[in-house]
Amino acid sequence: MAASIFAAVPRAPPVAVFKLTADFREDGDARKVNLGVGAYRTDEGQPWVLPVVRKVEQQIANDASLNHEYLPILGLPEFRANASRIALGDDSPAIKENRVGGVQSLGGTGALRIGAEFLRRWYNGNNNTATPVYISSPSWENHNSVFVDAGFKDIRTYHYWNAAKRGLDLHGLLDDMEKAPEFSIFILHACAHNPTGTDPTPDEWKQIAAVMKRRFLFPFFDSAYQGFASGSLDKDAWAVRYFVSEGFELFCAQSFSKNFGLYNERVGNLTVVGKDADNVQRVLSQMEKIVRTTWSNPPSQGARIVATTLTSPQLFAEWKDNVKTMADRVLLMRSELRSRLESLGTPGTWNHITEQIGMFSFTGLNPKQVEYMIKEKHIYLMASGRINMCGLTTKNLDYVAKSIHEAVTKIQ
Amino acid sequence: SSWWSHVEMGPPDPILGVTEAFKRDTNSKKMNLGVGAYRDDNGKPYVLNCVRKAEAQIASKKMDKEYLPIAGLADFTRASAELALGENSEAFKSGRYVTVQGISGTGSLRIGANFLQRFFKSSRDVYLPKPSWGNHTPIFRDAGLQLQSYRYYDPKTCSLDFSGAMDDISKIPEKSIILLHACAHNPTGVDPRQEQWKELAAAVKKRNLLVYFDMAYQGFASGDINRDAWAVRHFIEQGINILLAQSYAKNMGLYGERVGAFTVICSDAEEAKRVESQLKILIRPMYSNPPINGARIASLILNSPDLRKEWLVEVKSMADRIIGMRTQLVSNLKKEGSSHNWQHITDQIGMFCFTGLKPEQVERLTKEFSIYMTKDGRISVAGVTSGNVGYLAHAIHQVTK
Repeated sequence: MAASIFAAVPRAPPVAVFKLTADFREDGDARKVNLGVGAYRTDEGQPWVLPVVRKVEQQIANDASLNHEYLPILGLPEFRANASRIALGDDSPAIKENRVGGVQSLGGTGALRIGAEFLRRWYNGNNNTATPVYISSPSWENHNSVFVDAGFKDIRTYHYWNAAKRGLDLHGLLDDMEKAPEFSIFILHACAHNPTGTDPTPDEWKQIAAVMKRRFLFPFFDSAYQGFASGSLDKDAWAVRYFVSEGFELFCAQSFSKNFGLYNERVGNLTVVGKDADNVQRVLSQMEKIVRTTWSNPPSQGARIVATTLTSPQLFAEWKDNVKTMADRVLLMRSELRSRLESLGTPGTWNHITEQIGMFSFTGLNPKQVEYMIKEKHIYLMASGRINMCGLTTKNLDYVAKSIHEAVTKIQ
Repeated sequence: SSWWSHVEMGPPDPILGVTEAFKRDTNSKKMNLGVGAYRDDNGKPYVLNCVRKAEAQIASKKMDKEYLPIAGLADFTRASAELALGENSEAFKSGRYVTVQGISGTGSLRIGANFLQRFFKSSRDVYLPKPSWGNHTPIFRDAGLQLQSYRYYDPKTCSLDFSGAMDDISKIPEKSIILLHACAHNPTGVDPRQEQWKELAAAVKKRNLLVYFDMAYQGFASGDINRDAWAVRHFIEQGINILLAQSYAKNMGLYGERVGAFTVICSDAEEAKRVESQLKILIRPMYSNPPINGARIASLILNSPDLRKEWLVEVKSMADRIIGMRTQLVSNLKKEGSSHNWQHITDQIGMFCFTGLKPEQVERLTKEFSIYMTKDGRISVAGVTSGNVGYLAHAIHQVTK
């Protein structure tokens, strides 16, 4: 038989964050802790299906009038409109002026990809393969792959994390924006920056917006943690709404994986804000063409759950409460971890643990220290030193704090 | 000014346009024969009983919502491969295949197209049958491949142009990619007979072509899942390592849940692992991992003996209703006194039927009788019921006599 056409296909390396979880699963040590993958966990270390989600799922299951027919290409209309409303605010001028559109997508990733594909085709002329795309350094590692696979050839980083001061490198960021070619695309984390947990302050966002406006840079927001970061939907959407109020046209890729706990239903929305309704309509018509060759139309279950929740005042209130429960637990774990490290006298400063926000914290641990944590202490975290605060519980806080102390003092 | 001033309005979708016009029509006798979804004999969407049962079981288990692996629900992908290949398949038993969950048929096709673009360096050309599903062309094009065609449908006989197909295939450059509809060809409803499939297999083997099967109607076409998968299985048995896209939209009525699978038959299990690793690298920047709801339903049905049995009965009943409507349409046309040969209506198989009607006749059907179909004369037999088949026959006869 002739040699296979796939004989030369190389074995690809596993995606790091999933490999980490796989290794964690295989670890037989009773003390093991998984601070890797970004999913919420209860204080018992268990996944948590939001009570409001269980309620709505039951409602959907009991509704015999529902069927499994195709959704429209752009998705469930009630979902799209309400998802965008959550991002932009009830009183958003853009919504009032009918210049907002939504594309229901498969999670935040799907929204990013559809947005990226659209920009490559239509953003600045009809072929944007050479248009620079700027991604923060560091960022979620999949951002790079999304834009590469969408066809962009010139992907650059912008300064973001200052390791020495363990905070935002605002000066470097603004400098990169000043030097970026006009019309470059910038991927901005709306809140709860992944992986650093470090967000610009409102004043810093104002400076960023001013430069972007002057240099004609395009804001593509990634909003995966609205509500989950501070506990307040409005607070976590401040940056996106500020940009809208400053007259920007923008994209915002929304994920409902974390704030609704709907990880595996793949619920996302690409919110498009344009200058006027006509522009938005034409943009959506082209989005349809892109969606049609990617997945034809999106899955209905998750969108139904979110739409039902957002359109019922009672369920909406319940949801906000559930979200606050998650955000509060994360905030508690942050303060508990910090106070333990400070009590232990662990070398270095640890205020960044409580100053950072959202699911993740950039601990500042170096790769060798991380390796020590994994191999010797069976505590799994990313090589970058990123930990998922949700992996901490009242039961393992002491062990994790002591282990970090050991790693920092033993390994340089 | 706006970033989007130069963005053109996308051309309206021809099939959606049919449905839009249908909705606006106030004629009580109107018929929508554009719809690509099954309807029961009352013209209503049909949720399978086995699906309802599976859903109830799933709801009672109160499972979590954690991310699926990138390749999807393992119980589903394994069962999906087994359904297509057959439990006795050597390829299945030896594990020399990889199956990943895809976003229904479209998503599965697209994963394969992207994979070919990245790893199949022998050719950029995908040969589609003429005609093919309208979305095949943009899917492969957006993946970065080029489209060619081979003769397939003979409008003179409303059946397969077998000699034309064989002739064209014999001339396709070696190592090109050829797409075949496993059963219930969309849009024509024209499938090769088994003897013809045997010759097609020999022909593609001779030209050393890479075969990509699109199977969106297994079970839905003839009512028999094994019969509908015969071509796929025959090709594999002939040593042709195919690519395969499956959809559960129609055969399980799971349209909006987006349940599908993409399979690559490999030389051995080791190669399958390498291919799988690369498929995951492609999927992650598209949507990270697939939606669980529909896959859980399909998995439960395929893997539970009782539910699977029930499913096989229900899918057969859907296929039988379609076949029954074809038969009734032809007999009603005869009763109307039509002298034309309408045998192709019952010879064709699956949801769609290429009636052979010309654009002017289609236009008259719409204007005079409020019967909506695409301009190429394609009707969705799913839109025909015992209540309206007489009206349809009458109308067709009026515009063709």
